[in-house]
Amino acid sequence: MELDKIEEKDLKMGAANQVVFSETLQELAANDRQIIAVTSDSRGSGKLVPFGEQFPKQIVEVGIAEQNLVGVAAGLASAGKKAFAVSPACFLSARALEQIKNDVCYSDNPVTLVGISAGVSYGALGTTHHSLHDFGVLRAINNVIILAPADNFETEQAVRFAAESKVPVYMRIGKKAMPFLSDTTQDFEVGKGRIVKEGSDITLIATGETVYPALKAALVLKEKHQVNAAVVSMHTIKPLDTALLDELATNGKPIITVEEHMVNGGLGESCASYLFQKAARNPFKIMGIPDEYTVTGSQIEIFNHYGISQDGILNEAKTLLEL
Amino acid sequence: MENKDIQLKSIFLRKQLLKYIYKAKAGHTGGSLSCVDILNVLYNRVLNVDPLHFNNPDRDRYIQSKGHCVEALFVTMADRGFFPESDLETLCAYQSHYIGHPTKKVHGVEQNTGALGHGLPICVGEAIAAKLDEKPYRVFTLLGDGELPEGSNWEAFLAASQYGLDNLYAILDYNKQQITGDNSQVLNTAPVKDKLEAFGWAVKEIDGHNTAEIEQALNSGPFEKGKPNFIIAHTIKGKGISYMERNIKWHHGVPNPEQYQQALNELEEAEALI
Ligand SMILES: Cc1ncc(C[n+]2csc(CCOP(=O)(O)OP(=O)(O)O)c2C)c(N)n1
Ligand SMILES: [Mg+2]
Repeated sequence: MELDKIEEKDLKMGAANQVVFSETLQELAANDRQIIAVTSDSRGSGKLVPFGEQFPKQIVEVGIAEQNLVGVAAGLASAGKKAFAVSPACFLSARALEQIKNDVCYSDNPVTLVGISAGVSYGALGTTHHSLHDFGVLRAINNVIILAPADNFETEQAVRFAAESKVPVYMRIGKKAMPFLSDTTQDFEVGKGRIVKEGSDITLIATGETVYPALKAALVLKEKHQVNAAVVSMHTIKPLDTALLDELATNGKPIITVEEHMVNGGLGESCASYLFQKAARNPFKIMGIPDEYTVTGSQIEIFNHYGISQDGILNEAKTLLEL
Repeated sequence: MENKDIQLKSIFLRKQLLKYIYKAKAGHTGGSLSCVDILNVLYNRVLNVDPLHFNNPDRDRYIQSKGHCVEALFVTMADRGFFPESDLETLCAYQSHYIGHPTKKVHGVEQNTGALGHGLPICVGEAIAAKLDEKPYRVFTLLGDGELPEGSNWEAFLAASQYGLDNLYAILDYNKQQITGDNSQVLNTAPVKDKLEAFGWAVKEIDGHNTAEIEQALNSGPFEKGKPNFIIAHTIKGKGISYMERNIKWHHGVPNPEQYQQALNELEEAEALI
């Protein structure tokens, strides 16, 4: 499959990234007794019930107590374990933030923090259950790699990376089944954006579950408007792939960023900050959840409401391209 | 209301919450059924709140810490006249104010909850304010037993005792189960009574499905002058629907049409026995 010829029908449907996370962890744990999953009444949502059954000694349950979850994981990591603290992204990145900042990042205990049902995956359960702040708060903390894999391939690679990482990792994943965005023989490297479609008229930089609607918008741009959009899965939010940004910005063409995060403090602002300081002056638009009381709805309804959709991204692209 | 009426109301509220969970295709069914008798008594026999003058600064406060069981709360509040029942047709729907957790966008809801371990500290603040302002209101919260391990609860237990908050009532919906399984398997908190007493609270244990016992306990405080009140309400998750009782599968879960019909039949049978 050639990257500039990709069509939607080429996309193979996969599982939820959460499922791939747990399956990969289970596979790794079979050969590595150092891997420990730490849960806070979250093993069901983390798809870790089979893991717990197969490796009862490699799962630590702390009950509904996320601060303790991260503190315990830090201790396990300090004692040489490969600790994966698994909890809904909303609670993990808010409730346990001080433990993340001090006990994991500052104290350099290489825990993997797995934020499940991330972004607005919980839909109508509302703001308490949304994580639209996690990139923002973690970007402001030193010594943590932030990952938001888009599809099953990236998720599996991210889990394998995290298991061996000497630096703390936060990864956020969702519970919706995701299509494979590109051919899986592509390279995956943490810190390097993955180009899922090539193009030189406009660049769409998306992350996590928003790469898919960005790709769909790009396909329509090509089919209906003869516009060739590049689509990047920026699975690593931090450290940002600035080399790729340099490359993408040189042609002066518009750039749109898309994320399942509040527009404050997320991927878009990170890219904008870098590019502006590099004196890039590409037309630029940050798409995400605005700074307002989030509308009620399912994940897809919330996406559509805020234009994080094929049509919404298409419209923004047309505006920037003056079509 | 005679005791019989309130028992009938409990059955009615069970039907209502199942109806709206069924309609919304989402909901925390087991935990709503376990706390609905407590909510029924609170709103109909205990709380000094008036839907028409909700902003009265002397009103009793109720903050539902186990926010996921919002269905039990919303149907009880609708029945008490806080908002039209028809509003619940939009539960969890696009653009609705009725989300899957308590929210102040809904008339009569005191606080936004949903992340566990937040209700009690806010109640401590409300109760301290009542003491400072020499106001007569009481402050109530409902805690889940799975929620109990959150550290914030234990910090608040200490503060409540320090400030002698005998106007504060924490009710534990003690169904002994959470998402993963039994509390004792996940993270044991027993013996709760001894722990709370050691933290300086006055503790009563009741049957959380017996409306008379609930009313007696909630209206007989303070249990001890100068001590916050803790009510351990022994309950059954999924109470009232045979196939849901004590089955963690129903922590959240929506009945299919046959299951829904069976649930209604069982409630009809129970109603006939009252
Ligand atoms: C801080 C936080 N962590 C996790 C959750 C997810 N969660 C919702 S309900 C629940 C189980 C609650 O169990 P319990 O308190 O016993 O409630 P009940 O049995 O009455 O339904 C969990 C883990 C949450 N809402 N908030
Ligand atoms: Mg419980």
